[in-house]
Amino acid sequence: MSKPRLVLIGNGMAGVRTVEELLKIKPDHYDITIFGAEPHPNYNRILLSPVLAGEMTISEIVLNELDWYKQNKITLHTGKQVTKIDRIKRKVIADDGTEESYDRLLIATGSTPFMLPIPGNDLPGVIGYRDIKDTDEMIETARVHKHAVVIGGGLLGLEAANGLKLRGMDVTVVHLGPWLLERQLDEVAGRMLQKSLEDKGLKFLLQKQTEMLVQGESGRVAAVRFKDGMTIPADLVVMAAGIRPNYTLAEKSGIYCNRGIVVNDTMQTYDPKVYAVGECVTHRGIAYGLVAPLFEQAKVAANHLAGYGIGRYTGSVTSTKLKVTGIDLFSAGDYMGGDGTEEILLNDPHGGVYKKLVIRDNKLVGGVMYGDTADGPWYFQLLKDGRDIHDIRDSLIFGQSLVGDVGHAGNSKAASMADSAEVCGCNGITKGVIVQAIKAKGLFTLDEVKKHTKAASSCGSCAGLVEQILASTIGGAYTPAASDKKPMCGCTEHSHDKVRKLIRDEHLTTKETVFAELGWTTPNGCDKCRPAINYYLISTWPHEAKDDPQSRFINERSHANIQKDGTYSVVPRMWGGLTTPAELRAIADAAEKYKVPTVKVTGGQRIDLLGIKKEDLPGIWADLNAAGMVSGHAYGKSIRTVKTCVGAEHCRFGTQLAMSMGVKLEKMLFDMYAPHKVKLAVSGCPRNCAEAGIKDVGVIGVDSGYELYVGGNGGIKTEVAQFLCKVKSDEEVMEYSGAFLQLYRLEGWYLERTCHWLERVGLDYVKSKIVEDEEGRKALYAALLDALKDAKDPWATSREPEAIKQFIPIVVEA
Amino acid sequence: MSNWKLICKLEDIPQLGSRVVRRATGGDIAVFRNAEDEVFALHDKCPHKGGPLSQGIVHGKRVTCPLHGWNIGLEDGQAVAPDVGSCSNFKVKVEGGEVFLSV
Repeated sequence: MSKPRLVLIGNGMAGVRTVEELLKIKPDHYDITIFGAEPHPNYNRILLSPVLAGEMTISEIVLNELDWYKQNKITLHTGKQVTKIDRIKRKVIADDGTEESYDRLLIATGSTPFMLPIPGNDLPGVIGYRDIKDTDEMIETARVHKHAVVIGGGLLGLEAANGLKLRGMDVTVVHLGPWLLERQLDEVAGRMLQKSLEDKGLKFLLQKQTEMLVQGESGRVAAVRFKDGMTIPADLVVMAAGIRPNYTLAEKSGIYCNRGIVVNDTMQTYDPKVYAVGECVTHRGIAYGLVAPLFEQAKVAANHLAGYGIGRYTGSVTSTKLKVTGIDLFSAGDYMGGDGTEEILLNDPHGGVYKKLVIRDNKLVGGVMYGDTADGPWYFQLLKDGRDIHDIRDSLIFGQSLVGDVGHAGNSKAASMADSAEVCGCNGITKGVIVQAIKAKGLFTLDEVKKHTKAASSCGSCAGLVEQILASTIGGAYTPAASDKKPMCGCTEHSHDKVRKLIRDEHLTTKETVFAELGWTTPNGCDKCRPAINYYLISTWPHEAKDDPQSRFINERSHANIQKDGTYSVVPRMWGGLTTPAELRAIADAAEKYKVPTVKVTGGQRIDLLGIKKEDLPGIWADLNAAGMVSGHAYGKSIRTVKTCVGAEHCRFGTQLAMSMGVKLEKMLFDMYAPHKVKLAVSGCPRNCAEAGIKDVGVIGVDSGYELYVGGNGGIKTEVAQFLCKVKSDEEVMEYSGAFLQLYRLEGWYLERTCHWLERVGLDYVKSKIVEDEEGRKALYAALLDALKDAKDPWATSREPEAIKQFIPIVVEA
Repeated sequence: MSNWKLICKLEDIPQLGSRVVRRATGGDIAVFRNAEDEVFALHDKCPHKGGPLSQGIVHGKRVTCPLHGWNIGLEDGQAVAPDVGSCSNFKVKVEGGEVFLSV
């Protein structure tokens, strides 16, 4: 039986992206044919500006080489314009007579530059700015002519003007609006932008209405005349006064159009066999003139073309970044503000920095940044997430402040970094390498950059910086998904949030049912989603869902920490950092018996035995168990340590019994798994020798009781813990911290530390659940104690007959 | 000429898991079992930095190295793109619930 046929009209970014998404989720489903009016394979249209500016070449911006079409068995017709869609016979006809029939049709005809309806708009030397041909013509003209006039001071116009200037032309930008980029910037930022572009040598004529283009003796355009009588010379006129969705073909075929091809939330047109994506469509009354929304549209259209029927496109919030080297400009959402909104402003004209944030109902709804756009992606993420910003309002305008992050020499502003600067300290990846990969390989998302460059793929502390580099390299095409919508991994479209909720609401208790219910695209997940789902199952349904060792990372499967040479490290638990001579003797004996090469004291007040072979683990555990010691869980996304100072037991300043409090907490939390590792500390007085300020839960004794701090972090991101509340008794310390950790266990996403979870949900939310809601707190505390009621030492259970198999190698005789 | 050695019962290898086979001549072999009860054998050494593949997470017909997360195809020992590298593979078969390795 032959396959159904899919025909795509428009070999551009939106259409081809849809085909790529389709091939990803259902390869070999369709016979695919693509028509492109241009004589090129699919290229990255948004990088035409760097090509014009001489920073890149055409070959560098090709996204899909001809080989890609071949490999995927796609029939490609380049240089052929489809002139007719016969919806009755279900076929398309191109200008050269080529006919292709279809079962499903995808229209992605993009947009065309709007040519002002004035006399002379068809003269030689008058062009729009849309494709490779236009770019080539501008480059060619710049070689032989002097005067260029760009009509339209929008993004495209300014990028064209900048490029022509760099190519040596004398450029004037004519703009009807009161300031530049009035659709992206407020007046202050618009004026600052104009000033910096003037410093680069561009000229501007604002609020000027063009009357006609004057023909010269050569037959070519020679001048631009305005309504007020002024005339300026022009050998080249670039019309950048806007774009129009290109829907003529669809309209002619009787498909309903209204300033664009009208589509529903599944990207389907009024003809159910015909889909449309990209700049040619109108969705809920909006035609997007930027490329960013097309990625979301492509995903949805591909899913429906594949017949899965999952996913709806509900519109996009777009952001803008001007791709003119040396100018930092970012805007997103509703940046103008108005009724019902508040504004937070930072204006430093001398320093060249301007920031405006627009807030409605305690949520960020828009913003403009000029001069310092480092935090643009962060603001955009807050905006998309709709996060309540009440608790960070007073510092919001100063940005995310990446100063706490380590590994990239304190750099936090991607645009100003040199190409040779190291971005990813774990893998030694420089900014230049990342930019090169983004451009050469056509990368659009953080995940793609991680895969291809390895940057941000180890500790992840530079992810924010990499996102900034991505944003400044591809400009408006950069669009992060809302945090709660980001897919867990390549196996699914579903987010951590969605999966957690489903496991809870549908009472799912096995990974197989999760995969089946949510339509996983892989038979049994991958190394990213399996550990996450296993954790969600056992934390949501303790005693009911069965732990799956094969879904755990090796450290949690073998209850020790794998090292670079494949050996393991063993850390016995020392409750609250306390030990005894007998325990130390047993540790020393075990270290000698198993020839442990390195013995080290850890930052969490434990002793680490490093360099142990896997087959020796059960033996050394048996020896340590015999001396009364149990697993220290130094290997798990679990309770690690409770660090203590000597407290009022010995210290002359101590106000509370820190050691005894620490031991009680650690015993309560034994064998507690969590989204990520959990560290606590108890100090006996505000001198805080146990460093409780950088722990997930920090307890500080004061004369009248204890202060509780949460969400601190001393690792990749130094984050000072935030004050949660003050309590009076040891019992209350247990109840409040237990409830806090249970809330994190139930709502945190896998691999999210408490500090990241807090940043996502806000301290106010946590307080409302833990401090203000006594009943809820007690319920959370009880749920934690219940989950941990039959905790067993994994070092003992791992020595049972079935479990011990993994430690014993099979020996074959030669 | 093949030299099949009985190494263990199929049930001695967990589904989506592995066992290590030690050779007298050195060079451990990792024997994997997937969800469909197919078995595969690779040199227990990731082409990246020598990590023990036997300790990785098995999914589909791939294993993820525990050290730096490279994905290696179980059938051919090839690293999954964009990573590049390969590790040697061995013949292995299941007969009557027993696993045989050709060494």
